[in-house]
Amino acid sequence: MTVSMMQASTNGNNQATAKTATNDVVLAARHITKTFGNTQALKAVNFDIYKGQVTTLFGENGAGKSTLMKILSGVISPTSGDILLDGKAIHFNSAAEARAQGISIIHQELSLAPNLNVRDNIFMGREITNSKGVDYAEEERQAKALMEELQESIDPLTPLEELRLGQQQIIEIARAISQKSRILIMDEPTSALSATEVEVLFKVINDLKKRGVSIVYISHHLEEALQITDHAVVLRDGTMTAYAPRKDIDLEWIVRHMVGENFDLGSPPTGYEMGNTALEVDSLVIHDPKGGAFNVVDHLSLKVREGEIVCIYGLMGAGRSEFMECAAGRLKADSGRILLKDEEISSLSIADRIAAGLALVPEDRQKDGLVQTMSVGQNLSLASIGEFTRRFFTSNKAETHLINQSIKDVTVKTDSGDAPIGSLSGGNQQKVVIGKMLATHPNVLLLDEPSRGIDIGAKAEVFRLLAERAKQGLAVVYSTSEVAECLSIAHRIIVMNKGKIAAEFNANVSKEKIMAASGEAIKD
Amino acid sequence: MSAQQEQTLNKATSPAKKVDIGRLLLEGRAFFALIAIIVFFSFMSPNYFTVNNFLIMSSHVAIYGLLAMGMLLVILNGGIDLSVGSTLGLSGVFAGFLMQGVNIQALGITLYPSLWVVVVLTCALGAFVGLVNGVLIARFNVPAFVATLGTLYVARGAALLMTNGLTFNKLEGDPSLGNTGFDWLGFNRIANIPISVIIFIVVTLLCGIMLSRTAFGRWLYASGGNEQAADLSGVPIKRVKITVYVLSGICAAIAGLVLSSQLTSAGPTAGTTYELTAIAAVVIGGAALTGGRGNVQGTLLGALVIGYLSDGLVIIGVSSYWQTVFTGSVIVLAVLLNSLQYGKKGK
Ligand SMILES: Nc1ncnc2c1ncn2[C@@H]1O[C@H](COP(=O)(O)OP(=O)(O)OP(=O)(O)O)[C@@H](O)[C@H]1O
Ligand SMILES: [Mg+2]
Repeated sequence: MTVSMMQASTNGNNQATAKTATNDVVLAARHITKTFGNTQALKAVNFDIYKGQVTTLFGENGAGKSTLMKILSGVISPTSGDILLDGKAIHFNSAAEARAQGISIIHQELSLAPNLNVRDNIFMGREITNSKGVDYAEEERQAKALMEELQESIDPLTPLEELRLGQQQIIEIARAISQKSRILIMDEPTSALSATEVEVLFKVINDLKKRGVSIVYISHHLEEALQITDHAVVLRDGTMTAYAPRKDIDLEWIVRHMVGENFDLGSPPTGYEMGNTALEVDSLVIHDPKGGAFNVVDHLSLKVREGEIVCIYGLMGAGRSEFMECAAGRLKADSGRILLKDEEISSLSIADRIAAGLALVPEDRQKDGLVQTMSVGQNLSLASIGEFTRRFFTSNKAETHLINQSIKDVTVKTDSGDAPIGSLSGGNQQKVVIGKMLATHPNVLLLDEPSRGIDIGAKAEVFRLLAERAKQGLAVVYSTSEVAECLSIAHRIIVMNKGKIAAEFNANVSKEKIMAASGEAIKD
Repeated sequence: MSAQQEQTLNKATSPAKKVDIGRLLLEGRAFFALIAIIVFFSFMSPNYFTVNNFLIMSSHVAIYGLLAMGMLLVILNGGIDLSVGSTLGLSGVFAGFLMQGVNIQALGITLYPSLWVVVVLTCALGAFVGLVNGVLIARFNVPAFVATLGTLYVARGAALLMTNGLTFNKLEGDPSLGNTGFDWLGFNRIANIPISVIIFIVVTLLCGIMLSRTAFGRWLYASGGNEQAADLSGVPIKRVKITVYVLSGICAAIAGLVLSSQLTSAGPTAGTTYELTAIAAVVIGGAALTGGRGNVQGTLLGALVIGYLSDGLVIIGVSSYWQTVFTGSVIVLAVLLNSLQYGKKGK
């Protein structure tokens, strides 16, 4: 800890921000410290938000970004330190108080009610009323307008739970925008969005800037964040380590300050022979689960060999998740076959498939990945209980061993395996979901957008781990909507569009070709 | 700068300590409540703090306690079992019915099953009621509240039909028929400890071991905490769900046997509203009704709190109307503290 303090004080940038506290700083944090039990999440952090501009906050998983934003938006209170709004010290007792002052936040984890419809979610807690009660017509009109602004064709009366994750995130954004705040904090708003949706969001952000709205933006998609940022701040281990305006920074600068060294994600592993077919999908068809007249997966055929890493690239809704959930045994196939090492698996339960060596890392970590009531360790060991059960009883020793190994493997930042899962930062929670399935020693690993919310260092770590396991014969199917990821890990890239394979490339294809095949770059 | 840093560090640690004492009180609330109850009634009445009274009170606690252990499993799974009181009544009546001798008209004979056969068959009946609940809930997606509310009525109705609304009194059996010993459960003692209490302790230990040391226990916590995530991790969620209702049914049947043995009679209305007492014990013990949180120690304490409180009120002569009011207040207080504890953790 003393080391990082030294860093903070020797690093002139700390004072630099303090000095720029001029008129155009709307909201400022001064010497904010926050402790959770033994963890010091923030150590005397200074942070400025500039009027009508985008301030981006970079940092590794667990650096304290979300914690700082929750403090600035009144969700939690700091252990010590001050918040200055327009230069005057202010204290928020709740998020509602901060909202009344014009500060709203899009949380990293969705905070919507799945049973309510889109309209009711957007206006939850701030219903528009007239003499007859809630003015649903007006709410619906405004919700429609918001959807148009965000270029989404979502009916405001759709129940939220029927939307896919990316669309839910859009609703979360819409709700924040509709609050007409003057300060808008966005904590990883794009983690589940497609490239097109991100572009639309950036357009909206630019409009907001013109209206004088100040924005804080957090993302692990560094290149994407660079497109809109005006000021960059880097947080590391709860200390602010660097600040620079847009003109002084590039990708390399961010990575260097975030992780201390510069590196890229590397390239697909080579230098070994691939084995036999590990997973074979033969003409798989899945009808639309909501009863539509189309197939979400449409005669999909695919073979993956032992040791091969295949990326499935595609827009949200291309059928990638459905294919993976079907292979894992959660969704029923309407026709077609799935073979694991030449054995038909359609009659097997999820548990049997895991035992046979097929594991899925699901897309939505809150809904499908984590048990919030359990500890970090219990989550990590959940899919491999058999491994540490001797006769009837679980062995604490064997379990602890497995947990510690997993924590090391996927580099989870946690006090211990006993910490509650909710105390981890978002990215570290994601690592737990990956670690849990890796602990089952799969032969075939399906990963559905696994890089959501994990930092570049951790991503490199996960890639290294996948590459290592692939060399030992693991077949990997990896779905992503980031082209750069495909290029740095995949031996083969499959582009899916509307449930079908639209194109197939090998590792040395260009970015543009992949995007064009997915049907997304057309308008560029 | 460094002085300021130190200052902030000091500020950071002092509230943390205060919170810790608060936490301890909060997390051990059922335990402290129990101590408070014992101390209070010991002052109020000289008869309260005696070994014998504790054993008697404990044999009362055993009944709710058995139901509460089954209920705990169901609640950990995120469900609720409203049928346990009726299952208790039905089981008692069924055992009584077997003890009277089963008349098989076709063969013209009357069978007098021995005590062990009665016990096994009664437990099987409890398991069957649980199975019906479990299948309705897990396979046919009937909400647990509704499904077990249904069996609450059906089981009670069945008990009334079996006896025509009357009570079986002749439970002691006949030496010449070889079916004696039913009163053993309710009256005998081993090393001065009532059998019912021993049964309760054994069931509690078994539940505790199951929850903390077996794969099934882990499955139960996981599927109660997040069923979808558990499912995708390979937990057989349907099987777990059905099993907890079956176990709850068996616990209710055991409680039914013990109660009718204690009363040496089996009435069809025995155990009415006991399901609510069982739920209360589980909740006072810190379990969350949303599932995934709770443990055996807590439920044990919860059952003791309710039992020692209501017996204490009887001993110092408080009217039964007031007893109801007090018990209700304790429950509300417990739930209040639960939400305080879990509400904080959520952030
Ligand atoms: N409620 C909590 N209880 C205990 N520790 C917490 C809690 N919330 C956060 N922490 C800890 O504080 C640190 C900072 O967490 P934070 O969520 O702010 O990270 P982050 O920068 O947002 O990371 P990510 O990029 O993964 O979202 C982490 O070490 C985390 O474990
Ligand atoms: Mg975060």
